[in-house]
Amino acid sequence: MGKVKGKSGPLARRPDNSAFKQQRLPAWSPMLTANTVLPFFYLMALICMLLGVWLLLTVQSTQEIKLDYTEAGTCDVCFEKRKNVSNAAQTCTCTVVFSIKKALKGDVFFYYGLQNFHQNLRRYMDSRDDGQMVVHTASHLRKTQMVSPLPPCGAVANSIFNDSFTLTYHGSSGPSIPVPLLRKGITWYTDKNVKYRNPKNDNMTLAQVFEGTARPLYWQKPVYELDPLDPTNNGFINDDLIVWMREAAFPNFKKLYGVLYRDSQPFTKGLPAGNYTINISYNFPVQYFRGRKEVVLTTLTWFGGQNHFLPVAYLVTSCLILLVAILLTVAWWKFGKNGKRMEE
Amino acid sequence: MLRWIRQQLGFDPPHQSDTRTVYVANRFPEHGHYIPQRFADNRIISSKYTIWNFVPKNLFEQFRRIANFYFLVIFLVQLMIDTPTSPVTSGLPLFFVITVTAIKQGYEDWLRHKADNEVNGAPVFVVRSGSLVQTRSKNIRVGDIVRVAKDETFPADLALLSSDRGDGTCHITTASLDGETNLKTHYSVAETAVCQSVSQLESLQAVVECQQPEADLYRFVGRITVTQHGEEIVRPLGPENLLLRGARLKNTKEIFGVAVYTGMESKMALNYKCKSQKRSAVEKSMNTFLIIYLGILLFEAVLSTILKYAWQAEDKWDEPFYNQKTEQERNSSPILKFISDFLAFLVLYNFIIPISLYVTVEMQKFLGSFFIGWDLDLYHEESDQKAQVNTSDLNEELGQVEYVFTDKTGTLTENEMHFRECSINGTKYREVNGKLVPEGMTDDTPDGSTPHLIGEELLFLKAVSLCHTVQISYDQPDCPVGGGDPFSHANGFSSNHMEYYASSPDEKALVEATKRIGVTFTRSSGDTMEIKTFGKSEKYKLLHVLEFDSDRRRMSVILQTPSGGQVLFSKGAESAILPFTTSGEIEKTRLHVDEFALKGLRTLVVACRHFSPEEYIDVDRHLNAARTALQQREERLQEAFSYIERDLHLLGATGVEDKLQDKVQETIEALRLAGIKVWVLTGDKHETAVSVSLSCGHFHRTMNILELLQQRSDNECAEQLRRLARRIKEDHVIQHGLVVDGASLSLALREHEKLFMEVCKNCSAVLCCRMAPLQKAKVVRLFKTSPEKPITLAIGDGANDVSMIQEAHVGIGIMGKEGRQAVRNSDYAIARFKFLAKLLLVHGHFYYIRIATLVQYFFYKNVCFITPQFLYQFFCLFSQQTLYDSVYLTLYNICFTSLPILVYSLFEQLVHPHVLQNKPGLYRDISKNSLLSFRTFLYWTLLGFCHAFIFFFGSYILMGEDTTLMGNGQMFGNWTFGTLVFTVMVITVTLKLALETHFWTWMNHFVTWGSIAFYFIFSLFYGGIIWPFLHTQDMYFVFVHLLSSGSAWFAIIIIVITCLFPDVVKKIFYRHLQPTGTQKSQHGPPS
Repeated sequence: MGKVKGKSGPLARRPDNSAFKQQRLPAWSPMLTANTVLPFFYLMALICMLLGVWLLLTVQSTQEIKLDYTEAGTCDVCFEKRKNVSNAAQTCTCTVVFSIKKALKGDVFFYYGLQNFHQNLRRYMDSRDDGQMVVHTASHLRKTQMVSPLPPCGAVANSIFNDSFTLTYHGSSGPSIPVPLLRKGITWYTDKNVKYRNPKNDNMTLAQVFEGTARPLYWQKPVYELDPLDPTNNGFINDDLIVWMREAAFPNFKKLYGVLYRDSQPFTKGLPAGNYTINISYNFPVQYFRGRKEVVLTTLTWFGGQNHFLPVAYLVTSCLILLVAILLTVAWWKFGKNGKRMEE
Repeated sequence: MLRWIRQQLGFDPPHQSDTRTVYVANRFPEHGHYIPQRFADNRIISSKYTIWNFVPKNLFEQFRRIANFYFLVIFLVQLMIDTPTSPVTSGLPLFFVITVTAIKQGYEDWLRHKADNEVNGAPVFVVRSGSLVQTRSKNIRVGDIVRVAKDETFPADLALLSSDRGDGTCHITTASLDGETNLKTHYSVAETAVCQSVSQLESLQAVVECQQPEADLYRFVGRITVTQHGEEIVRPLGPENLLLRGARLKNTKEIFGVAVYTGMESKMALNYKCKSQKRSAVEKSMNTFLIIYLGILLFEAVLSTILKYAWQAEDKWDEPFYNQKTEQERNSSPILKFISDFLAFLVLYNFIIPISLYVTVEMQKFLGSFFIGWDLDLYHEESDQKAQVNTSDLNEELGQVEYVFTDKTGTLTENEMHFRECSINGTKYREVNGKLVPEGMTDDTPDGSTPHLIGEELLFLKAVSLCHTVQISYDQPDCPVGGGDPFSHANGFSSNHMEYYASSPDEKALVEATKRIGVTFTRSSGDTMEIKTFGKSEKYKLLHVLEFDSDRRRMSVILQTPSGGQVLFSKGAESAILPFTTSGEIEKTRLHVDEFALKGLRTLVVACRHFSPEEYIDVDRHLNAARTALQQREERLQEAFSYIERDLHLLGATGVEDKLQDKVQETIEALRLAGIKVWVLTGDKHETAVSVSLSCGHFHRTMNILELLQQRSDNECAEQLRRLARRIKEDHVIQHGLVVDGASLSLALREHEKLFMEVCKNCSAVLCCRMAPLQKAKVVRLFKTSPEKPITLAIGDGANDVSMIQEAHVGIGIMGKEGRQAVRNSDYAIARFKFLAKLLLVHGHFYYIRIATLVQYFFYKNVCFITPQFLYQFFCLFSQQTLYDSVYLTLYNICFTSLPILVYSLFEQLVHPHVLQNKPGLYRDISKNSLLSFRTFLYWTLLGFCHAFIFFFGSYILMGEDTTLMGNGQMFGNWTFGTLVFTVMVITVTLKLALETHFWTWMNHFVTWGSIAFYFIFSLFYGGIIWPFLHTQDMYFVFVHLLSSGSAWFAIIIIVITCLFPDVVKKIFYRHLQPTGTQKSQHGPPS
């Protein structure tokens, strides 16, 4: 550490007179006193207040409609049916009617929600294997099959939510119009394009690649036939699969199902007010874990859904800061501006 | 202990004879009965490790630490059973911690190796096959004849064979062994003393038999058998024949000796003590906190396990259809499952024990201690000495000292005796410019005038210059000591080549003073002493020396004067001489002595007695009879001495000043203002000690001085103590000082410890005089073990302070004149007493605040870290799902939050050093380990829990309910939630430290903002890559998506503000309503 060389004579062992060694480095020594902090408090209170108000206004502009369809409408039949495991293979469809009093303006997002479903169990999550999803060759896939013959493997994929929905608008006049839902762009771009990959083989179809693999236990369709409409949306890169594979942090969660396609009348400005029906292909059993299923229609702002936490938090914080700042100011006036008690 | 060491070193096999036989020059007998013996080589090994055993031995040492062992167990549990986190999460930090510690210890050991190699590689001369061969010190074997030249140290324990003097003696000093600086004469046996050349040694046939090595420096029993002309002559060998390794040859050109104990078997090496492991108060509270946290950990784990089973009582939670168990899981036994669940929770929460706490503390101490050595204010220019840190473990203890026990001579004083005044025949004299000036006369005589000394004065000076045991060392390397004309070089007072060595600095000062005045002690060889009075040399024959002992407190010499008469000169404490004087100006001298003592001078009284020839024969007979007595020699000698030392004629008295060190008064005053009680423990006599105490400000004039002196019986002592206690109560306004002497102290400590402590605690200054070294240690121990358990500091410079230095919590050595013994056994060494103020008030204060905050912060940040994980279990059915990714779990303590606290703990300065030094009262702010009190600990822990709750539930309210946080409607998952909590946590924890930081150097800025920036950059990088070898890609682009959400940003900001705002408010209110002294002084002008 010390420079020994080059020094000799009577003061050979004299320590260097450097700022570092003498602990005299130039330093900034802030002090938390009323004088220094009060302006910041007022400023912070103001900023928080403004942000809070702005956030509140923004959040107020969003609309949300929640619809629990577990036993609603004609779904009670299906609900009963799903109680019995032996009926699992039978299909069941039902319809729920609801009305929108006030038009949902702008982009409308269609979610399905589950309650009491724990996607965050350790064993459940541990059973996934992301390595399988990014394999690039069929031969590799076959290799991994020795370990897990059910692509995609794991409890997560196995328990995929398999209800499907169609939404129909019944305007006050005219015929019923099916509401067009865009089932794309519901996944993270990186998930869809990088993280999840289908095994590739140039001159084979997806079905051929997955040939010889069994489908997961609870699945009705093999992985390469998940989306009969869009052949590029099959295999591991199926949007619904990817959405499901992003496990929710808490037992009550919702997942994006689709976005309103605002291409044609009367949906160019969003969902108009009126009556709607949802046709549900009711497959997913929830009674085993006392769960509920729901559908959520909502509009969003640039920072997300209808969330009152942020504006409330900001407003409360700003009030608190303001209160403390005022208290402090009073104390400051009373006990002397120069902090009399400090000088005693 | 000794036995253990020896067995450890492997040279004490159970069946070995009690003696070792050393064949001089390794000439073994030709005929067969020689049993080869194995001796250690002459290598000194102070290092702990070798290249080969470093890894296993160091690992073993480290895992003996409870915290490291704990993490090892956690790691093994992770390896063995299915746990929520991979073994890497605890393995990597453990590996990191172990590696850093190993590097530090390896570096220290490398330094020791280097020092060892220097010693072992030093060149020495050995007689081999008839010639002098230069070799390295480590190559010396037992039986080698070694040549040592003047001023060299002995490379092994040697039995002296011969020196270049005819009588085969040599002088050595053992300053580096026991701190005694005087010259000691060692002897060789007559049969070998003649072998002064290599060729003569070659023909020497001798065998040394001696005891096996032992540590006692002053014990050596052996014999030498010399074969001369076919007959064997046996001579005894004692300690006076043994030259110890480490001692230095003085005054003798060269000697030959045969190595009898080498290397680790030498007495010096056997005296290497394993440093007593002193632990600081901070470390003790740290361990208590660790145990509390272990309790919290176990509680959380048990609670989680129980709740898990409570939850799983219903099948639908235990095994929902989407999460079915395997057959194996279903069939395993419930007890086994319970245990493995408990262990899994233990693993999940284990990070609450701050793994890197120990290593950070160690680094902080190791690096931080450099500042002491670097401090210019602790550097003494005159002696070119800087402060020295022997152990960095006690840095913070410097800030906790409550009692300072200080030696007087050499610590408060310079230990540089200067002759000031004397009283001759009832007249006082002062020494002015090398002349004695009677009192009342000014020094206006011109320099050239010849000094005019009357007979009394001359006799006095002669007595002073002859009555001593001073040795002379000639600095000229080729000075002919044994023969030639010893006066040639000393003519015309060119005797500045001459240096006096004395065991007592008083004697040295006196002899030097008489030399200046004109009576020079020039030579002592064998039994003649020569002095030169104003150029005229006189030879005295030394007949007897009546050695000094502490009971008689005087010494005498009997000399034959050049004129043929016998005279006794006696010198000693006035209480030891005056009662035996019969003539001379006794009363006047007594007055003068008291005056000297009041001035703080050390006084000695000189007297003489002229013997008639008959008297001398009688005296001689008495002495010889006593000296050769086989039984009760001690008593008979005492008798003889008191028979001889009577009817003295008083010549006069001397007053020698021991100059006070610079700024002692200010230092003691500062320490007292800092709430530290100062005790002076000295071997000096009562009057001198009191006067020095007064002059150094230890006692004030206004102080009520209580005395506990010369108590002879228990009852008397108790009575006196009670009387003192009463007096303290009665007049409590005045400050009290207590003077105790050694004898009374041992009485007081034997029976009335409590009463004595009571009195002492009420005295602001205590002075103990006439203390024996062990008594000093005893006093320190008494205080150390008293119910309040105050932190004690002992400071001293001599070998007699070593026991006290080792006993106290903090031992400080003064680099003084009395050898390096105290320095070597101390924890810190400084050059002057005045440096103590800065060492304690500034460095101690800094170190304490730094380490206390460090410890508290570590617990805080780990509570913040792991509590959200615990809370998350309530939402995932206690399935042991981790909240954070493994990499984050691993790196939190070693990357994201490690540097700011380390830098803080190295550079923090709550108050400017000048302020600290000028306002010693600030020291009281941190006394009694106040920053690590249970209350502060609770505050930090609760703060950690609160912050953790805010992180977790803030994020939960934001995300847990089913809102999307992105403008495009996409949803986040559990990993995003964990990352959000983690991000908030890293920022809050770092900013919390920033709030604590008062001294922002560029390094603080760098590591604080750098840590946060590093976390962001690392997360972007870590989440931006598909990691080829990982089982899951949970974190892929999670962080980027989190940051792309406006809500997340807003949430991070508001949660951080919510966490820190109350803390800021609390700080401001405390500062304004209940400011501590430290905070008040922060307002002073910074510099």
